[in-house]
Amino acid sequence: MSNIAHLVRTFTLWEFVQAHWLTLKYFFKPKATINYPFEKNPLSPRFRGEHALRRYPNGEERCIACKLCEAVCPAQAITIEAEPRDDGSRRTTRYDIDMTKCIYCGFCQEACPVDAIVEGPNFEFATETREELLYDKAKLLANGDKWERAIAANLAADAPYR
Amino acid sequence: MTEFFQNLGMSYEWAWGVATVCGILLIALPLMLAVAMIIYADRKIWAAMALRRGPNVVGPFGLLQSFADGLKVFLQETIIPSSANRGLFLIAPIITFTVALMAWAVIPFNSGAVLADINVGLLYILAVSSLGVYGVILSGWSSNSKYPFFSAMRASAQMISYEVSIGFILIGVVLFADSFNLNEIVRVQQGHGLGIVNAFGFNLLLFPLAVLFFISSLAETARTPFDLTEAESELVAGYQTEYSSMSFALFWLGEYANVLLMCTLNAVLFWGGWLPPIDWAPLYAVPGIIWLFAKILFFFFAFSWVKATVPRYRYDQLMRLGWKVFLPISLIWVFLVSGYLMLTRYS
Repeated sequence: MSNIAHLVRTFTLWEFVQAHWLTLKYFFKPKATINYPFEKNPLSPRFRGEHALRRYPNGEERCIACKLCEAVCPAQAITIEAEPRDDGSRRTTRYDIDMTKCIYCGFCQEACPVDAIVEGPNFEFATETREELLYDKAKLLANGDKWERAIAANLAADAPYR
Repeated sequence: MTEFFQNLGMSYEWAWGVATVCGILLIALPLMLAVAMIIYADRKIWAAMALRRGPNVVGPFGLLQSFADGLKVFLQETIIPSSANRGLFLIAPIITFTVALMAWAVIPFNSGAVLADINVGLLYILAVSSLGVYGVILSGWSSNSKYPFFSAMRASAQMISYEVSIGFILIGVVLFADSFNLNEIVRVQQGHGLGIVNAFGFNLLLFPLAVLFFISSLAETARTPFDLTEAESELVAGYQTEYSSMSFALFWLGEYANVLLMCTLNAVLFWGGWLPPIDWAPLYAVPGIIWLFAKILFFFFAFSWVKATVPRYRYDQLMRLGWKVFLPISLIWVFLVSGYLMLTRYS
């Protein structure tokens, strides 16, 4: 009897019919994916995206060239050179991040004593050439100026848990 | 159309030639457009069943996606591997593409609207679709690369195996229609089911053949349960791995033109072609070509539906299905159909 049932199921392609009925139901279901470039998922305040060098509200750059980030960077993506400035304060003359080496671990922002280097919420910084991903100080400061509002909000939101 | 050109003052030979060329263009150009749209539709349907969105950025609803892809492919460099057999390597996609277009010559788009109304239309289609194997095997062999070669061996063995059972399936239709002419086959289907339904498919004796033919046409066009030719986990991308640019695009277009052809054959041979589904006078007010297109679209949806649903067969399962299941069943059905016709029509 079970043999006959098996034979009937086989010859009526019953399992295929069931499977196709299932996919037809899915065909009319709302989509699970978002409409990406036009819609975006919310990001955590801790999201580690593109790097930025921040400034104080008076425009002075935060980085004091302590080189802790350079030391902690596991991918050795950061290169810093420093010299005393004319007013005697210690500042970087060179602050490069090789974004092709960076593994986005976030150790640099953990190490930073003055919250200068941070990983911002931006993750859409694909470029057409490799050279464009070798960020220098000017680019990082520009990122900081561009994303300061979002970065500050994220840092404030995450501060109670640190 | 020949008379129209004769009225313009041409001799009969010239008018016939010009009319035929016009007919070819009238079929081939809309077909290319249809192929572009069908590739888009395929991606959309597949995406929808996987709860994705599919192409939706190029043009309204992403409708121009295929044209963008075509343009991209067109602007790329044609790379010919240094160890490839140059001549064969270049001619293989042309064969695939040409053969995919050739079979459309005998497809009736409406009552009598056929480019070549030959009385062995079905045999012509079988012959031409068998030629498609040459494009596949030549491309795999001339690439001089192992995975395309494996894939070409698989593809040609698969296509040949399923053509055997397709041949026997078609004999059932031919016996019922008493003709090899596709236009005639469609005409015979008028009122075939109890004088109401215009389709062989609703005949209980022919319905299993219709299902077999649908599954075989999936295998013949190497669509999903049988897409072992491009089993990407083991064969990179199939016999067209070494191809790039326009030569790749020709395979791509040829493949989808074949899919459309198989959808059309399903519609024409089993589901009434350009006839409306029900033999009811007001339905004949709608032009036959629209009924045919609706049926083709339905079958194309079914093709994509299957693609979105079933996993890929193993190669030995594919061969088992072809030779140990489809071939015996279609042979038995040839026997059943001819026996039935002997009893009812010819006794």
